Formats: sequence, C-alpha cells, structure tokens
Amino acid sequence: MRKTTNQKAWWLVVPVLLLVAFNAFIPLMTVVNYSLQETFGNNVFFWEGLTWFETVLRSERFHDSLLRQLMFTGMVIAIEVPLGIAVALSMPRKGPWVSVCLVLMALPLLIPWNVVGAMWNIFALPDIGLLGYTLNSMGFDYNFTQQPVSAWMTTVLMDVWHWTSLVVLLCYAGLCSIPDAYYQAAHIDGASPWAVFRYIQLPKMKRVLTIAILLRFMDSFMIYTEPFVLTGGGPGNTTTFLSIDLVKIALGQFDLGPAAAMSLIYFLVVLLICWVFYTVMMRDEEE
Amino acid sequence: MNKKWILTSLYILFLMLPIYGLLSMSFKTTNEILGGFSFFPQEFTLANYTKIFTDPTWYNGYINSLIYVCINTVISVSVALPAAYAFSRYRFLGDKHLFFWLLTNRMAPPAVFALPFFQLYSSIELFDTHIAVALAHCLFNIPLAVWILEGFMSGIPKELDETAYLDGYSFWRFFIRIFIPTIAAGIGVAAFFCFMYSWVELLLAKTLTSVDAKPIAAIMTRTASTSGYELGLLAAAGSLTIIPGAFVIYFVRNYIAKGFALGRV
Amino acid sequence: MSRIEFRDVRHAYPPPPGQVPVYALKEVNQVWEDGGAYALLGPSGCGKTTLLNIISGLLTPSEGSILFDERDVTRLPTSGRQIAQVFQFPVVYDTMTVFDNLAFPLRNRGMPEPRVNQRVTEIAEMLDLSDRLAQRASGLTADGKQKISLGRGLVREDVNAILFDEPLTVIDPHLKWQLRSKLKELHQQIGVTMIYVTHDQVEALTFADKVVVMHDGGIVQVGTPIELFNRPRHTFVGYFIGSPGMNVLPCSLDGGQPVFANNLLSSGYPAGADLIGKLEIGIRPEFVRFSDDGIPVEIQKVEDLGRYQVVTVRHESSQIKMIVGEDQAIPSADPKISFDPDNLRIYCDDWAVEAEHA
Repeated sequence: MRKTTNQKAWWLVVPVLLLVAFNAFIPLMTVVNYSLQETFGNNVFFWEGLTWFETVLRSERFHDSLLRQLMFTGMVIAIEVPLGIAVALSMPRKGPWVSVCLVLMALPLLIPWNVVGAMWNIFALPDIGLLGYTLNSMGFDYNFTQQPVSAWMTTVLMDVWHWTSLVVLLCYAGLCSIPDAYYQAAHIDGASPWAVFRYIQLPKMKRVLTIAILLRFMDSFMIYTEPFVLTGGGPGNTTTFLSIDLVKIALGQFDLGPAAAMSLIYFLVVLLICWVFYTVMMRDEEE
Repeated sequence: MNKKWILTSLYILFLMLPIYGLLSMSFKTTNEILGGFSFFPQEFTLANYTKIFTDPTWYNGYINSLIYVCINTVISVSVALPAAYAFSRYRFLGDKHLFFWLLTNRMAPPAVFALPFFQLYSSIELFDTHIAVALAHCLFNIPLAVWILEGFMSGIPKELDETAYLDGYSFWRFFIRIFIPTIAAGIGVAAFFCFMYSWVELLLAKTLTSVDAKPIAAIMTRTASTSGYELGLLAAAGSLTIIPGAFVIYFVRNYIAKGFALGRV
Repeated sequence: MSRIEFRDVRHAYPPPPGQVPVYALKEVNQVWEDGGAYALLGPSGCGKTTLLNIISGLLTPSEGSILFDERDVTRLPTSGRQIAQVFQFPVVYDTMTVFDNLAFPLRNRGMPEPRVNQRVTEIAEMLDLSDRLAQRASGLTADGKQKISLGRGLVREDVNAILFDEPLTVIDPHLKWQLRSKLKELHQQIGVTMIYVTHDQVEALTFADKVVVMHDGGIVQVGTPIELFNRPRHTFVGYFIGSPGMNVLPCSLDGGQPVFANNLLSSGYPAGADLIGKLEIGIRPEFVRFSDDGIPVEIQKVEDLGRYQVVTVRHESSQIKMIVGEDQAIPSADPKISFDPDNLRIYCDDWAVEAEHA
C-alpha cells in the first residue's frame, strides 16, 4: 500500500500511546529507580549504582533459575513445534469436522492459567488424579510433589497440553492458504508425500512457523502462573523458573533492589528476542 | 483418508482428558475424592456447583472477572482502531519505532511489572477496582489489538478511503460508517484475542485486587490454601471458568483461522 | 501420445445434503485426435475446467467413460495417465532452482541422472530458459514461472497430452503474445496433443487448429476458426466469436424462408418444413449492408475504428450492428439495410437449421 506521509496521523495514535506508556514507562522507571538504589524501608534510599546488577549477574541463584528456564523452554519447543506441525498436517481441511476440531483444540488456550495449573495439579495427584493414579498403578513411582523428575515431566507435559494448539492453529492456517493447484501439480509430477511436505507445505508454512517458534519461545520464557500453581516451584526449587524466582524475590521477600535489577536484565533478554522477531518478520513481509 | 485422522483424534483425546478429570471431580463429594480414585463419580452430586451459585464470594469472582475483561476489551479495541488506521495508511515521524515499541509491550514479562503496578495503581487510588485490572491489561492487549487490526486494515485498499473523501465524507464519518463495518471480521478477531488474554491472565489481576474486584482466579487460589482440600469445589469453580472461553471460541470459530492466518497473535 | 475419447460423460459435483445435483457437464461425446492443438473456448462457468480436470484425472466423472487409445482410464489416477497440466497461476517449487524444478518429474520416476540432465537442457533450450537454470525458481517473473510449469510438462517423454487451464491469466499483456507464439511453435516441434482452455476468443482462435466451443455444460460446436466464424451452428457460437458478435433477430417462417420486419428475406439455407420453436435469424455485422430497398432503420451510433466503422442501427425494438468500410458512405436520409443471403442463417431454439443450400 502506498502510504502518504502525514504527521497529523500522530493524533490517531495518541490514545494508544497514553494508555500503554502509562502502563509501561512509569512502572519501568520505578524499576530502574529501585535497581540503582538500596532501601531499608520507610522510603529512605541510598544510591547503589550498578551493585545490584553485579549481584544478580553473579548470583548462583540467578544462574540456576536461568539455566532451568532455558532447559524448560528448549524442551517445550522441541516437543510442541514438531507435534504442532504433525497435527496440523493430519487435520481435515474441509467438511463438517473442521469446526469441531478447531473449537476443541482451541479450548486449552482459553482456560485461565491458574485453572490450567490447578487442573493439572488435580490430574497428576498420585492417588486420586487420573494421570497420577494410572501411572502409579502401572508400576511407575510417580509423585510430582516430591520427585524432581516427575515434577519436570509434569510441568513440560502441562505446557505441551496447554500451548501446542497455538502452533497447530497457526500451521493449519498456513496450510489452508496453499492453493489446491500446488497439490494437483505435485500429483501430476509424481511427487511422494514426503516430497510434497518438503517442497510445498514446509516452505509455505515458513512464515507462520517462524512466528510460532518465536511466540512460544517468548511466552514460555516468561511463564509464571501455570507452573507456580502446579508445583509452586518445587519440590524445593527444582521447577523454579525465572519469573517465579523474580516474583519470589520481589513480592515475597520485598528485596526491591535485586528484584528490580533482575527485572531489567530479564526484560532486556526478552527485548533482544523481540527485536530478532520483528526483524525477521519485517524481512519476510518485504519479500 | 481415515488414517490421517488418527493423530488428530489422539491429540484431541489427549486434550480432553485433564478437562474430563476436572469435570468428573466437580461432580464428586470430597469424601469420594479423598477416598481414592474413581473414573466416574460414584456419588454424583451437584453440591459443589450449588455452593458456587449461591455463595456471593464465589459468583462475584466470576462477575468481577467478566467485568474487567469486558472493560478491557472495549477500551483496547476502541483505542486500537484509530491507531491501527494510522499505521496502516500513513507514514509519520517515528512510525516504525513506535510500532516496534508497542510490540515490545506485548512481550513484557508480567512478573517484571507485578510490583511496580501494585505501587502505581495504589498511588492513584485505583487499587482493588475493576478499572485498574482493565487498564493494566491494556499494556499487552492494546499492542495486540493494534497489531491484528493493522493487518486486517492493510488488506483493504486505500481506494475505499479516497472514494469516500471524494464523496464528501469527513474522516470520522467515513471511519465509523464505512470503514469499521468493512473490517468487522478483524474487529471480531481482535476482540476475541483481547478477551482471551485478559481472561486467562492471573498474576496482574491478583496483584491489583484484594476484595472488591477479586477475580475468580484469585478466589480459587485463596480457597486452595486456606480452606484445605476442598477439591470438589475447586474443580467446579475451574470447570465454570472454561465456559465463557468455549462460548467465545464457538462464536468466532470461523474467524479464528483468519486471525491466525495473519500470524499476528 | 494418444487419442482421447469421451463417451457419454456427464458430471455433477456433489450437492449439499438434501439438494438435487446440478450438472456441470451435460453429455459430452468427443474425440481428441492425437497431436491436435485444441482450444476449449467458453464463458466462465460453462464447464471447461471441469472437462479439463476429467481428462487429467483430477476429477472422476459421475457418469460416462474416458478412453486413451481405446483403453478405459476413467478410474485411473492422474499419475497413471501421463498427462501434464499448466494452471492458471504459475506453480513452481520455490525452494528449488529452475533446473531442479524441470528435473523434478523425471527424478520422481527414477530416471538416471545423465538422462535427466540431457532432457532438462533440451527443454530449457526450447523455452529460452537455458541461462537461468541455476537460478532459484522463486526469483523469476510470472511468465518465466509459467514457462517452468510448461517445461515440467514437456520434459517427460511419455506425455500423452498437455492441458492448459487459462495459463496466460497472470501474464502481462505484451508478454502474452510472446508466450502464445512459443506454445504454437512448441506444438509444431513436438507434436504432442495440446488442449488449451480459455475464455478469450483471440487466444483460442490463434492457438488452435480446432476450437471446441462450450456453453452451459455442453459442447455446441467443434471446428476450425474459419468454420466457426462462417458457419456458426449455435447462436452462442455466433455471438461469442467475432467482434462484434453475430446479430440474432427474432423472425417467423414463410415457405421455408425467414420473415423479419414484415420483409420476406432470402436465405441460402432455407428451412425444409415449418418449424415449431423459437425462430431467429443470425447474420454477422460483416454481411449487413446499406441498400436502396430493404428494411428501414434508424441509425443510432457510429463508431469509427480506423479501417472500418461499426454502425448500430435500430428497427423497432431490434438492434442491429453493421460493419461498414471506411470508404463506404452512410446514407443520411431513410437508411435501409439488407442481408447477404449466403450468410443468413435460420436458427430454431438456438440451433442452426441445416438444410440444402438453395
């Protein structure tokens, strides 16, 4: 679209700017404020410079949370993306079942995150939950509240359950946009199903896949509610991911300085990824 | 043809299992739940649901949640409309940077903002109000709405606007009477996603409320910790939260694919 | 290469539940000779794409059979029919180079690599794509991509027929002509059966040796461009071909000759007996002349197109178009027109009355 240059367009953007800036700048400034100072309460502040940043970046606790977070995000993406693609490929594209499938698949996405956590908590309870009971009666020693491995597996499984549908829906939309003629031509060319996937479907899904992967990366990197309700970060701190740790420090311990510094570092990492996302998307659109 | 469906069916089965677990638990008595595992409720009871529908603490939770979600959706979509139009039709100083900045807010980790929001909204005496949560959710919902709407608007050729202006329409009259009906599908998609992300968000909603505007999510977590193991009640409360979501999906099911196709979730 | 035959083919797409099927193709009996260049001409919705897809096997007809060289292939899937099809918009494998695109159908069928190489270079040469073989297919213009689509069809040595479904739709107008000539050239070189679907009469008439005109799910006439122009057997053919198309006017019969506007006309093809049905005469604008005695008309519009003029005249409620040479005068007072009997035909219920030439 040819856009005309018109500075008056700013007026249309002002309400958005005000509302978002209000929610973004002021809190952010508060955080920056705290990150650079020390307080012992009563609103008395002492300048600390970059001390908090150093403390956080050096703290083993931070390193551990970060590592756990990266492992979690890695595992989750490694499962959700291939699974999402596979399910999208196997979904019907026309007919009465399409709506049914779409609605059922979208359901997990619309459940309040704490209910997701609570649901899985109940589901996985060793003696009375559907999953927990079944696993234990099959001979596995399964207890997610006490064993780190079980806790990890349950958390990952919960995330897969919760978010794979996003990947599925995105890939499905990408697949639906492929005109029939491509499949017909491939048929005429004698292409095998694998060739069809590799040369037609996958390239056409490239854009939606990029978005899916980056979205999942970001959202899983920021995850808080679901694992918190499921395991509370435990047993111990084995499933304490970055957000959970941050909230513990900020709201739990009221350690404002380190919390603020950690927040900023966290935010910067997210921003970096966001910038990558944006650049890749804009480059795609120009193609 | 049928072989392909196996994966889809298995996947859907996988999705439905925990939901079934929740549903069946909501129809059991606490005794039965704690007594051991049973696939079907042996003593079917509606007591949990009755409690929720009759106890104000409970049903107010739902009402509160619905209120702030609706307020947020309305605000987000209304302010996003003119802004998306500006991004779609015009070039102006800093437009690309502004768009990027908006995007970053969509990606803001709520954990980072929990404490500052608490302080901010307390200081302007909006703590524990619906409007506070509605406004707070604007942080990520407005960028989302702008993003989705801009996508839809870019699909409408500029010639439509130009024709209207030639016909003598003023900007706002054109916008409200012509443009908005044209992108109705886009508005539907944007509203759906705003509703979705506001409805499911817990951390900020819990942080900014205590009694008056307490969302259902917060009530559930409170119950879990204070009243011990009232699992049946919890399960019923949880099951009820699925309903608005299911409702909304059903309505926009035809537009979901279109919205995802733009890839702007 | 083979001879393709349609026997009693009818096709209706599956209707929504509870509704009667609507036939997109009503009774087609047609033979496509080996090596012919055919155009399938007709307006949108007349069934041409349906027919094409039945030939290629992408669609199985609800009734009837298709034979390739006497072999019934109705139930045979596309891969077994050795058909190539070029679609309306270019279908290329974006991630592959031009070379790999052309080689794809051959490699899928297990052809040894040196042979593939040879064949691809040969075809690329024919299509003027030789200097782009190493380029990524996605980087070509629309006409380049269509050439690749075409190439994928030509590269297979065992191709029975190449089908084109309005292939020039997305090509720029000044390149359409180039591509069309290229197709004709290729046909003369290779001699494979080509069936070209279009709604553009210029494309059809310039490409094909034989044009199959379709209307409303059926074939109305098959013939060379000249035959279609001079002897349209259906009013639709007359109207669709030629610019402007044939004039179709209501008439009555008197002793086998048509009566229009109370004037007894003489036609070179009188009707044998008194017919019942919708009676019309058809005459092309080229064969309507001003004369001293004839049917009185009013002149409505004159369009000067350089070497000739298109005059629109009117008699009562009928509008008639005529083509008048640039050096012929248009009478200013009391204009009258007459029709050339050799090119005046009688149509009953849209079909030409075939009778002995008087």
